[in-house]
Amino acid sequence: MSVSAHETTRPSRGFRIDLKTAGPLLALILLCVFGYLLNPLFLGEGNVTNLLTRSAFIGIIAVGATFVITAGGIDLSVGSMAAFIAGMMIIVMNWAVGSMGVSVWTVLLGVGCSLILGIGAGFINGFLTTKGKIEAFIVTLGTMGIYRSLITYFADGGTLSLASPARDIYRPIYYDSILRIPIPVWVFIIVAIIGWVLMNRTAFGRYCMAIGSNEHVARYSAIKVDRIRTLTYIIQGLCVSLATIIYVPRLGSASSATGVLWELEAIAAVIIGGTMLKGGFGRIGGTVIGALILTAIGNILNLTDIISNYLNGAVQGVIIVAAVYLQRGSFRAGRKNKPAE
Amino acid sequence: MSLKAIALALTATTVLAGAVMGQDEKIRIGVSIPAATHGWAGGLNWHAGVAESRIEARNPNIDVIIVTADSPADQASDIEDLVSVQQIHALVVLPFESEPLTEPVRNAKNEGVFITVVDRGLPDPSIQDVYVAGNNTELGKISADYFKSRLGEGDNIVILRGIPTVIDTERFDAFMAGIEGTGITVLDDEFANWNRDDGFEVMQDFLSRFPDIDGVWAQDDDIALGVIEAVKQAGREDELFIVGGAGMKEIIKGIMDGDTLVPVDVLYPPAMIATAIDVTVANFTSNGPVQGSYILGAPLVTPDNAEQFYFPDSPF
Repeated sequence: MSVSAHETTRPSRGFRIDLKTAGPLLALILLCVFGYLLNPLFLGEGNVTNLLTRSAFIGIIAVGATFVITAGGIDLSVGSMAAFIAGMMIIVMNWAVGSMGVSVWTVLLGVGCSLILGIGAGFINGFLTTKGKIEAFIVTLGTMGIYRSLITYFADGGTLSLASPARDIYRPIYYDSILRIPIPVWVFIIVAIIGWVLMNRTAFGRYCMAIGSNEHVARYSAIKVDRIRTLTYIIQGLCVSLATIIYVPRLGSASSATGVLWELEAIAAVIIGGTMLKGGFGRIGGTVIGALILTAIGNILNLTDIISNYLNGAVQGVIIVAAVYLQRGSFRAGRKNKPAE
Repeated sequence: MSLKAIALALTATTVLAGAVMGQDEKIRIGVSIPAATHGWAGGLNWHAGVAESRIEARNPNIDVIIVTADSPADQASDIEDLVSVQQIHALVVLPFESEPLTEPVRNAKNEGVFITVVDRGLPDPSIQDVYVAGNNTELGKISADYFKSRLGEGDNIVILRGIPTVIDTERFDAFMAGIEGTGITVLDDEFANWNRDDGFEVMQDFLSRFPDIDGVWAQDDDIALGVIEAVKQAGREDELFIVGGAGMKEIIKGIMDGDTLVPVDVLYPPAMIATAIDVTVANFTSNGPVQGSYILGAPLVTPDNAEQFYFPDSPF
């Protein structure tokens, strides 16, 4: 049976996948043309750099979300988790500055703290979902509220700000470039490549898809369902932690308004990219494109004033639905030959 | 008229206190405010707490009870509890939303409680005895005056707005009216949702779109902090200035230190809750009448007067 799960997913990487890839990519290309026509500055180097850097947060989180959703789960807590981790990083680094002066180690301490919290938070979500047998929606809705309240509590309702000596050391992580590509974009690229390999070239990726398409069959196929599921949440937590590590140096602050609705944006990026919300099929490449589409919409709206500000949400809605429609259109064409999916 | 109201309030006090007359003659003032879910509300909670300890230390016969709510429904229950359980004599309320809280506050009024409404007015002003609020129109006007003093014919500015609400519209309309006819061009305005991240991103886009910007009206200090980072990233600190609003301590501190990028701020203080509590206490301790509306000014914070608006311990 393990072989059969392997076999059903494999053909989806044949030529039909090109049809599925085409949808989101086509939408992104159309969006770029549209953006360029509205304002040629859209494709200027400065703007493209801004756009890519900005999409890195949601993009990295969405790569993690792709695994969770592919394995049939959902994680609503990522936005609050990011705010909470950002707050704790700032508290730890400020404490380190106060008690032992400032050095590169201060920042490394903050980064370590972020990784531990991210992995830990992911494990808690995964453990409660699998061993606790509570619906992922409820578990992560609960942790979403918990992290959001904790950051409000630690910030005393206000804003936590990183002490400026640590800020000066940490700042380049967001603002500097290597080979003219900003560091956050490098992180995004690396996370996406690792995610792609994990999803498409390892047993783990195939197990995720098998669990997502039919949990019972996967269980009978001797796949350790609980362990794989928990791992997907840990990967999600790790991705949130990485996104937070590059988010904190941008403004050097965290408040209860940090990361609001990131979970929806991440899930939207995943679905726009062609991953199925009910699980069973995941596309990392599509997720990356989805994140770019979401960021580009906001960017284009800022670059033009022909659309009333009050209609920004409507434009976003139309573009998201259209992007998914393009993908579904090609999906239907491919489906005739492949009812199994 | 006001004497009559005071007499009424005192009568109500006597009637209500009747149940516990004798041993406990404290005047209880209930304060119902939204929980600290964003910076400004955090400042609100902090200033309410400071006012409580200050007033109780000075007036041993006054008890201030602060309750915070997460939603309008929550706040309605809070008010019921304050009236029935705590048997308050006066209520200071900053309504979450005006409409849903009108009836709960009216019920309190019918129980003889002295009502002070803060910032967000109720649709039926006859319920309140005292109304204390900031002035959004004034905030827009004062900001416009400052831009007029710094810029003139042919200069360009961009505007970052808050969330599409009445508060934002009042500020924006007053600002636009203020700069009309000055020759200052508003290149564009976009919503930044009173949020640092949005302020950063919207400003990045403005900077790549417009090569010549002389001033930025960010309208709010959280947005302003995001704008500052975007401007620094682009290395264009020297060609423009930024004006926020509200009175966040980081911004006020910068003004005290003579920052040229954010040279002034326009006040919309969360400390107005303290003003409201003080006026309410005065109703019981002063021989002067207090009923009426108190619309606070939106003064321009400059290096000369910044110190009096700086609260280093406040979270906001």
